[in-house]
Amino acid sequence: MRWSVIFSAAVLVLCVVSARGQTTRPEPPRPGREFQSAETRRLEADEAANPGLLWLEQGKSLWSKPEGTAAKSCAGCHGGDVAGAMQGVATRYPAVDPASGRLLNIEGRINQCRTERQGAPKLPYEHASLLALTTLVTHASRGLPRAIRIDGPARPFFDLGHRFYVERQGQLNVACAQCHDAIVGKRLRGDTISQGQTDGWPAYRLEWQSLGSLQRRLRACSLGVRAEILDFDAPEYLALELYLAWRGGELPLSAPGVRR
Amino acid sequence: MATTRIVVPATAKKGQIIEIKTLVQHPMITGHGRDNVGKPIPRDIINAFVVTYGGEKVFRADLFPGVAANPFFAFSTIATVTGEIVFTWTDDQGVETVEKRQLTVI
Repeated sequence: MRWSVIFSAAVLVLCVVSARGQTTRPEPPRPGREFQSAETRRLEADEAANPGLLWLEQGKSLWSKPEGTAAKSCAGCHGGDVAGAMQGVATRYPAVDPASGRLLNIEGRINQCRTERQGAPKLPYEHASLLALTTLVTHASRGLPRAIRIDGPARPFFDLGHRFYVERQGQLNVACAQCHDAIVGKRLRGDTISQGQTDGWPAYRLEWQSLGSLQRRLRACSLGVRAEILDFDAPEYLALELYLAWRGGELPLSAPGVRR
Repeated sequence: MATTRIVVPATAKKGQIIEIKTLVQHPMITGHGRDNVGKPIPRDIINAFVVTYGGEKVFRADLFPGVAANPFFAFSTIATVTGEIVFTWTDDQGVETVEKRQLTVI
């Protein structure tokens, strides 16, 4: 009798551990740039040549520009010192907005500021100004590790993101984890399979000839496995952003990165 | 006016070789592409980049549709006199982006 109780308790513990145990992060986490060619890494590291920094410059000039019916600029609330005021902010996103209960990424947070504080319309994804402001805010946390919360109200979003990451999808019927966890470092045609880390985003992608958002990259992933390309801001992509941010562990943010 | 990033030393010794690096934001549309209904997208590239130093031309480049977006240039010149370095990019629409930097020769 006593043994059976102990046995069932042990089975229960094992089940819980294995269910939770799937949400492991790669050890050690390796930044996205490590999987790029030497030339691309050099381009990213060169402060004069990294083309992503053009969006940073653009963001700096937008920071003090009044917008919307309130005619308020970002600097009007946050102050003129972007690097100081926004330092560490990007490390906490995506995060759940306590008022609405929605999961917000940096783009979502900027748009919330626009609609609620500035009285300005939302900017669509890949709009030059939204890319510029996202780069500006993310760049202010350069070198800092993420501080993502996955407990409390964030837990359901985290679980959704995790499920999206491990479930097979698309005509190729593969899951993100099958490449980005299982065969990291191997070659896929001309490319090295990365850990799928998001530390360098938004990033300048040479293929795009432009800086792009992480969501644009995720849509390209969906295309790659011939799955349905979801809309920008789809709950699955937002949740996946949260999961990937957590999965990056101690990786310092390094946007704007340069990618193939 | 396009967004630019320019790296140029603020001061230099007379006769010193200085390196100048410039980056300009531009989509460099080749003119060979078509939109989603098959209509040709007209060419729009930066076609000329000129740099003057103290009023004298020190660098000039003609650009063509094969150049990638956001063109990057690095070149060197010799610091001669204290003066203004003026960077001018001109695109197909005639938009001129002009940036100025002061170089002090000591």
